[in-house]
Amino acid sequence: MKLTLKVWRQKNVNTKGSLETYNNVDVDPDMSFLEMIDVVNEQLIAEKKEPIAFEHDCREGICGACSMVINGRPHGPQQGTTTCQLHMRHFKDGETVVIEPFRSASFPIIKDLVVDRSAFDRIIQSGGYVSVKTGQAQDANSIPIEKGLADTAFEAASCIGCGACVAACPNASAMLFTSAKVSHLALLPQGEVEAESRVMKMVDKMDEEGFGMCSNTGACEVECPKEISIENIARMNRAYLKASLGSEK
Amino acid sequence: MGLDAKVPPGPLEDKWTKYRSTMNLVAPNNKRRIDVIVVGTGLAGASAAATLGELGYNVKAFCFHDSPRRAHSIAAQGGINAAKNYQNDGDSVYRLFYDTIKGGDYRSREANVHRLAEVSVDIIDQCVAQGVPFAREYGGLLANRSFGGVQVSRTFYASGQTGQQLLIGAYSALSKQIATGSVKMFNRHEMLDLVVVDGKARGIIARNLLTGKLERHAAHAVVLATGGYGNVFYLSTNAMGSNVTAAWQAHRRGAYFANPCYTQIHPTCIPVSGHYQSKLTLMSESLRNDGRVWVPKKKEDVMAIREGRMTGGDVPEEDRDYYLERRYPAFGNLVPRDVASRAAKTACDAGHGVNKAGLAVYLDFAERIKELGEDTIRARYGNLFAMYEKITGENPYKTPMKIYPAVHYTMGGLWVDYNLESNLPGLFVAGEANFSDHGANRLGASALMQGLADGYFVLPYTIGQFLSTQIRVDKIKDDTKEFEEAEQNCRKRLQAFLDVKGDKSVESYHRELGLIMWDNCGMARNEQGLTEGRAKIRALRDDFYKNVFVPGTQEEFNPELEKAARVADLLELGELMMVDALDRAESCGGHFREESVSEEGEAQRKDKEFTYVSAWEYFNQNGDPTLHKEELTFDNVELKTRSYK
Ligand SMILES: Cc1cc2nc3c(=O)[nH]c(=O)nc-3n(C[C@H](O)[C@H](O)[C@H](O)COP(=O)(O)OP(=O)(O)OC[C@H]3O[C@@H](n4cnc5c(N)ncnc54)[C@H](O)[C@@H]3O)c2cc1C
Ligand code: SF4
Ligand code: FES
Repeated sequence: MKLTLKVWRQKNVNTKGSLETYNNVDVDPDMSFLEMIDVVNEQLIAEKKEPIAFEHDCREGICGACSMVINGRPHGPQQGTTTCQLHMRHFKDGETVVIEPFRSASFPIIKDLVVDRSAFDRIIQSGGYVSVKTGQAQDANSIPIEKGLADTAFEAASCIGCGACVAACPNASAMLFTSAKVSHLALLPQGEVEAESRVMKMVDKMDEEGFGMCSNTGACEVECPKEISIENIARMNRAYLKASLGSEK
Repeated sequence: MGLDAKVPPGPLEDKWTKYRSTMNLVAPNNKRRIDVIVVGTGLAGASAAATLGELGYNVKAFCFHDSPRRAHSIAAQGGINAAKNYQNDGDSVYRLFYDTIKGGDYRSREANVHRLAEVSVDIIDQCVAQGVPFAREYGGLLANRSFGGVQVSRTFYASGQTGQQLLIGAYSALSKQIATGSVKMFNRHEMLDLVVVDGKARGIIARNLLTGKLERHAAHAVVLATGGYGNVFYLSTNAMGSNVTAAWQAHRRGAYFANPCYTQIHPTCIPVSGHYQSKLTLMSESLRNDGRVWVPKKKEDVMAIREGRMTGGDVPEEDRDYYLERRYPAFGNLVPRDVASRAAKTACDAGHGVNKAGLAVYLDFAERIKELGEDTIRARYGNLFAMYEKITGENPYKTPMKIYPAVHYTMGGLWVDYNLESNLPGLFVAGEANFSDHGANRLGASALMQGLADGYFVLPYTIGQFLSTQIRVDKIKDDTKEFEEAEQNCRKRLQAFLDVKGDKSVESYHRELGLIMWDNCGMARNEQGLTEGRAKIRALRDDFYKNVFVPGTQEEFNPELEKAARVADLLELGELMMVDALDRAESCGGHFREESVSEEGEAQRKDKEFTYVSAWEYFNQNGDPTLHKEELTFDNVELKTRSYK
């Protein structure tokens, strides 16, 4: 089948970008979305032009590198699917597909579809860990953890740090990402000890990085490729409230 | 010249404990004055950098990713082994040691493997304490599953996302050290050269991938934890960015490259679907706990399936060949990877392959779904089944999966001694980047174990043996002639790619290299194929430097230029793999030489001639690498023909 692509091209953060059109792109329905971009890039290189810069690595939906807004939706139309796992059989012959980067003031554009998501690393550095040094641990089975609890913690921990939640949010809020981390650790006995200080530090860091406020639109949950639940946000809000009351005492 | 692995004396079980308590230490006030560079922050590097930081060293860590959390380790699916014996099924440190030695076809170093089995138990404790949400049973205790090549349940897992959860654990430990300032993290920095001063590794040249600037970084010691080189085959289960550059540049500077030809071809991957294919996707080995592997016995069924007139489900039970269960009744579908892969190849070569290209076999869950219900299977493998469906458009709950072997892991890597130090003093290597522990074939769920063993529990202490001799050495200066030369060397190399201005893309060379490797140095190898393969790679490399096209400049974010430098190194590595495979005229583990098979068609080792590690020195003026041997001695296990029958 043939598609028309409109792709955001921008040399660097200081220049203005625009959508560029690529007509008659030859597509096999079994290709992944990124393999389609590969084909376009091979063509561009053959014409001695600059290929489209985009991030990707695992191409298995787990590293969180890929990050395209496809027809207005972060990671495209398929529920619970990253860009790299999206396959072309979900598009129709003759369709026009618009491809843009994940946009947010806290994710400055580096080039074309590549943005800087290092703010997420800094949120984790502010407190997204359990303070246990190598070799200090007790036997792994010494604290049984109820299976349901462990499973809920795992679900929160399956966030891939892609930033689609930020790109989807009208306020560019990072609440879903931050709350997934806060919940993952707070739900487990190992993380409980530092739960209060952790939530305070991480939320403060998130604000400092310039992410917007959460107004409960729920767009993040809809676009999250790992279907991280918005319940994590409620859980984090409760924990934050509790912790801030505690710290005023 | 023989190589000294510096294995400590004493009985196998006591070596590590004794050595650890007699190793030289670096006092805390001295640690603060010592700089260590860690290149790579996957499982091995992140755990090493975090632990070195905790111990008080000044650490600089590097990765080419935009965040340590994106390292290739994130993609590991099935699990991590540890000799915890929580299932009380007869597991022990010795059994894990023995399984690993046997699984590796008696081509690994006993002392290293025993240490690995010993520290495996600490890894699980550490990870749980960090908040890694491993799967649990209803009673709240940790759950286990089985992996190929063993008869106990010792694999810990977190759904099909074990690597992700372990890496997030190591990344969080690393993040904490970054916050305290003991580790300085350099994301989007790629090491392009190793700097050797007076015979010791003293720093690196790294390219800031955003600006293109070449930077000098000096330290008392350098640790490489830069992953494996499976991408030399172009199509592999590795992440797109995985490459050999850091290890290869160290090799060019004098570090020996060990057993490069030992490649693991994983039996259960989604088959190639078209010419545009960019990578292959693994379907975790854990699936073989419940899935049965088969092909149709009758050629007419095969043809009908290929032409779409029939599906796998239509083939009557008696016309199916469950060839693993038939050939290896003791282990059945859970034979080790090399054995399962070769058996799939044999079935397909005999014309029984079930996709259009004839390069696929079935992995069938129908029986277990009937027995246990779809929900149980979904709970065990839900994310893998979903991934399969996304990629192929077929529902594996209804039709059997189609799978085929693909390149997955590289047992070879830089040579290291018992301290994980290479032959270049001050250069340490951890994780998939070194050659240690897995011999000629790695068992499933053992790479995560090895990476974390190296990073958390071995290297941070063994590096003290070297660093304790360096406490009087001042801060290493980066304005010396060695740094100058290395930086200029990088600049020239990069400019050379840009200056070719040919008309073929980097990608096209990579694909071509992959084909040569797969055809001539893949699942089955022979002298003629390897000799031809070597010549082909040389020709391809010459062509690369004449006709490649790399757009842009050095002084900017330029992913094509990054790729060119990586492919250039893979083009050299490929040749060394052919040379190594030629030298090793025996079959062992993943290295199958068609000239060396038993009467039953199984791999035949030649212990008298080949019980050694091949450690290669970089190509000399004639373009030939020099072989150094580390003889392997087995004092605790008897060398047997590996049998899974
Ligand atoms: C799909 C898949 C599934 C797997 N499943 C399992 C499993 O279930 N169990 C198991 O035990 N093993 C599994 N493995 C194997 C295992 O994941 C890897 O062997 C292991 O994670 C490698 O870890 P590492 O830390 O050595 O390297 P990596 O995770 O590859 O990390 C390499 C690091 O080095 C950096 N780097 C590389 N080169 C440079 C350079 N030149 N400059 C700067 N930085 C550099 C990268 O940025 C990265 O941070 C699997 C592998 C694959 C492909
Ligand atoms: S919460 Fe979802 S969308 Fe947000 S970073 Fe995590 S995986 Fe991506
Ligand atoms: S490339 Fe890794 S999640 Fe898409």
